[in-house]
Amino acid sequence: MEGLLALASGVLYAAGIYLILRRRLAQLIIGLGLLSNGTNLLIFAAGGLTRARPPVVPDGANALMDRYADPVPQALVLTAIVIGFGLLAFSLVLAHRVHATAGSDDIDDVGRER
Amino acid sequence: MVFLIVSPFLAAVLAAWFAGRYPHRAGWLAFWPAVLTVLFGIELQRTAASGGRLLEFPWAPSLGLSFSFNLDGLGLLFAILIAGVGTLIVLYASRYLGGHSQAGRFYASLFAFMGAMLGVVLSDNILTLFVFWELTGFTSFLLIGFEHERPAARAAALQALIVTGGGGLALLAAGVLLTDVSGTASLSAMAAERAFIVASPFYGAIAGLVLLAAFTKSAQVPFHFWLPNAMEAPTPVSAYLHSATMVKAGVYLIARMTPILGATPMWTTAVTVAGAATMVIGAYRAVQEIDLKRILAYSTLSALGVLTMLLGIGTSHTIVAALVYLVAHAGYKGALFLVAGAIDHETGTRDITLLTGLRRAMPITAVAGGAAAISMAGVPLTLGFVGKDATYEALLHANGWSPWLLILIVLASILLGLAGLLAGVLPFRGNVALVKDVHEPPWPLWLPPLVLAAGGLLVGLAPAILNGPLSAAATATAGVPVDVSLSVWHGVTPTLLLSVLTLAGVGITVAMRGPLRMRSWNPRAGSEDVYRGALAGLDAVSRVIGPTLHSASLRTYVMVIVTTVVVLGGTALLLDPSFGFAVPLTNITVHDVLIVFLIIAGAISAVVARSTMSAVLSLGTVGYGVAMIFLSFGAPDLAMTQFSVETLTVLIYVLVFRHFRELGPLSPRLVRVRDALIATGVGTFIGGLVLSIATTETAPRLREYFAEFGPTLGRGRNIVNVILVDFRAFDTLGEITVLATAAIGVRGLVRFAASDRRNGSRVSPITSPIFRTGARLLMPLLLLFSVFLLLRGHNQPGGGFVGGLVAAAAFALYAIAFGVSRARRALWVRPLTLLGVGLLLALASGLVAVLRGRPFLTASWFPGPVALGTPALFDVGVFLVVVGVVLMMIFSLAEDS
Repeated sequence: MEGLLALASGVLYAAGIYLILRRRLAQLIIGLGLLSNGTNLLIFAAGGLTRARPPVVPDGANALMDRYADPVPQALVLTAIVIGFGLLAFSLVLAHRVHATAGSDDIDDVGRER
Repeated sequence: MVFLIVSPFLAAVLAAWFAGRYPHRAGWLAFWPAVLTVLFGIELQRTAASGGRLLEFPWAPSLGLSFSFNLDGLGLLFAILIAGVGTLIVLYASRYLGGHSQAGRFYASLFAFMGAMLGVVLSDNILTLFVFWELTGFTSFLLIGFEHERPAARAAALQALIVTGGGGLALLAAGVLLTDVSGTASLSAMAAERAFIVASPFYGAIAGLVLLAAFTKSAQVPFHFWLPNAMEAPTPVSAYLHSATMVKAGVYLIARMTPILGATPMWTTAVTVAGAATMVIGAYRAVQEIDLKRILAYSTLSALGVLTMLLGIGTSHTIVAALVYLVAHAGYKGALFLVAGAIDHETGTRDITLLTGLRRAMPITAVAGGAAAISMAGVPLTLGFVGKDATYEALLHANGWSPWLLILIVLASILLGLAGLLAGVLPFRGNVALVKDVHEPPWPLWLPPLVLAAGGLLVGLAPAILNGPLSAAATATAGVPVDVSLSVWHGVTPTLLLSVLTLAGVGITVAMRGPLRMRSWNPRAGSEDVYRGALAGLDAVSRVIGPTLHSASLRTYVMVIVTTVVVLGGTALLLDPSFGFAVPLTNITVHDVLIVFLIIAGAISAVVARSTMSAVLSLGTVGYGVAMIFLSFGAPDLAMTQFSVETLTVLIYVLVFRHFRELGPLSPRLVRVRDALIATGVGTFIGGLVLSIATTETAPRLREYFAEFGPTLGRGRNIVNVILVDFRAFDTLGEITVLATAAIGVRGLVRFAASDRRNGSRVSPITSPIFRTGARLLMPLLLLFSVFLLLRGHNQPGGGFVGGLVAAAAFALYAIAFGVSRARRALWVRPLTLLGVGLLLALASGLVAVLRGRPFLTASWFPGPVALGTPALFDVGVFLVVVGVVLMMIFSLAEDS
């Protein structure tokens, strides 16, 4: 299964980087979104995959027993998802402002404005 | 005592105020260094009688840093010179600057310099020595560049800073190495480790670095060029820094390091050769100058060379000679600089070809100049004579190259004697005064040089009073007890003959000084060219490198960064022996394949999409696919968060992307192919990385720790949530702060835009009755569900993040159906308030622990069967922040005109 997830995050990274290297602002932002998904997948897969129980202690038990998913990468990824959302929203609005001010969505045009 | 050492820094602050307020009474400031001089003098008497003492105050003990001061003979001798000459300089400057509008700045720098200098000579810790060392460089930069309106002053200040500051870095490196090798940062303790240090493989590096620092500071060849240029400084500064104190810091360092590093062939050779070269070059150049201060500057170079050479030879005789010479030189050279300043002040020129016959107009200054000059020439019954006498005597008894050195020093002394006469006597001689209308300067301008010069004469009559202090200083330098006994008359000895020979030489050269000056070499050639070339080279390199690397193009940066990562990281991955190419493809179900296929299809579709809407939907597909992966592999929390975030993200995209329409390619085909190749490289590398990490067995320590203590210490069953709100709550606090900042940024950007654009389209609500009814029904259910998620989050999948996202989605849905203004009314409070209250709540939940004397954010629990405590409060804070953040973004974007 790791092979499949490696493929998925590799494709997400490749697509994200390709879009970030484009001149259009909108594509840059979409690329950022793909990259953040790819990164979350990377951290998640790197923490080890298991179809076992989620890291929730069942009623009656005092600790996690048997096989359970690793909670550490999950905690990392959870905040990363939310932070990624904030980052994406901010860069979207920033791109929108640049677009409105420069009158173009071509980053190279924006650079020439200065 | 430590207070006394650092008191000049305090005085610097007071002086800035006082001299600014009472510019004509600045001379009173001399009171403090005078007190210091006396106190250091008393301490030195004590030290001479009963040995030095060590004062230590911890600064950063874990780094081995402490403010420790070693009040031994060597340090105190320098301290007395610094404070004593400093007293006279402050007095002198009070008139020299004469109510200068920036006098406060001057005195502040001067006192700070004094404090730094005292720190250098009294520090016992090599790292604090370095700090003070650099402070002297920095304050001298300020002082040399005091008249910063003049480009020459700025250039000279910068040059001094670069040369001596560079040396300072060498000192830091040496200090670190020394501390490492000897196991102590204390200079006095290092002396005991001498055998070990000298035998260490780092000895060469340490000695080289120390000498680099000393040679740059004391302007030894080939780093001598900055000193004459530093004459751009106001004359009191030249007298203080460049004759009596700062330039002698290098000499001090050599003396201080002699018991630790000295007496090896490398040390002796390097120090002696550099000193002798500087001595000869300085003396020769001194007599070719016609500017009073430059004559004195080069003669100072020469004297520094003598001191360095004597310390280099390193016998107890030469050390004593160096110390006597040091004291004598501080007296007469300081006096001559001040006389030069007085002449400059009264006549407006320092050109000795114009200055004659000032005797009548400035009689007292003339006496001071003459007295200093005869001491410098080494006329018997002066301290200069005693110093020269001791030097010749010591060289006559040393071995090795000393005959040659003796010849050189006699020649240098002759030239130095001539230089002293040129500066101290010549301007006053003759009957014709070329510069008219000259008067005796006010007393603060003639008293300090007179005191220094007269001191040289008086002590020269009874040099024995220096025996005690110099014995203490020489003992500290040599590392073995040295007994100094100076006297005026040793009888007719070879030394006396040499002195007579020197004086005769001075007489002859005075007579033929004209021809001597004619024969000058090109004064600009030499190591200063190397310095200039190096600076120009650095400029040229940065002119090329700067624009290349800093192209202001995001794409270039991204390309450089990812290519570097892929090449370096990929190489490391391939070289890693544990990395196999076996791709684990077991344990795959059909729906896994479908999900991954969905993700890949979404990614490709996002790349090739021609319209923004299809790109956004593709991205959404990818997001949902990732969420399903989370769901399949035991991460329901992640899946829920991802689903809600993905929904809201698509909403925000749609709100913004209505302004962007098409996505056709802009770059030429070739560029796109290149980018595709780079992107493929990155993808391959990341894929390999995932395989490499995921197939590496790691120690499950963290996982087991949290699994074991989550339910007990954290009192929660959902370990992910326990980590977020309890174990790692500080991280989470940082993250919600970042979120809040992003939301406020979005709001600000949108408002900023709204203020300068009026036309445009608002997002109109969806008026379909079915949708509106659905939204009206769904909203309370969603809100209820969000609270449920929040409350159960500690024990079951859920929590503040997910709950907040769901609650925000409820209001967003309502806004779509009924418009933003109605949604705002339904929310009751402003999103900003929610956000603020949430942050405060999270913060307050952490402060509870602080009030109870525990570390910030330590959980506190209320007694009772239900686990209710500050982590729950914290989670409510997270919930409110998330609701506030999301709604703030969505509302302001939807209202954007």
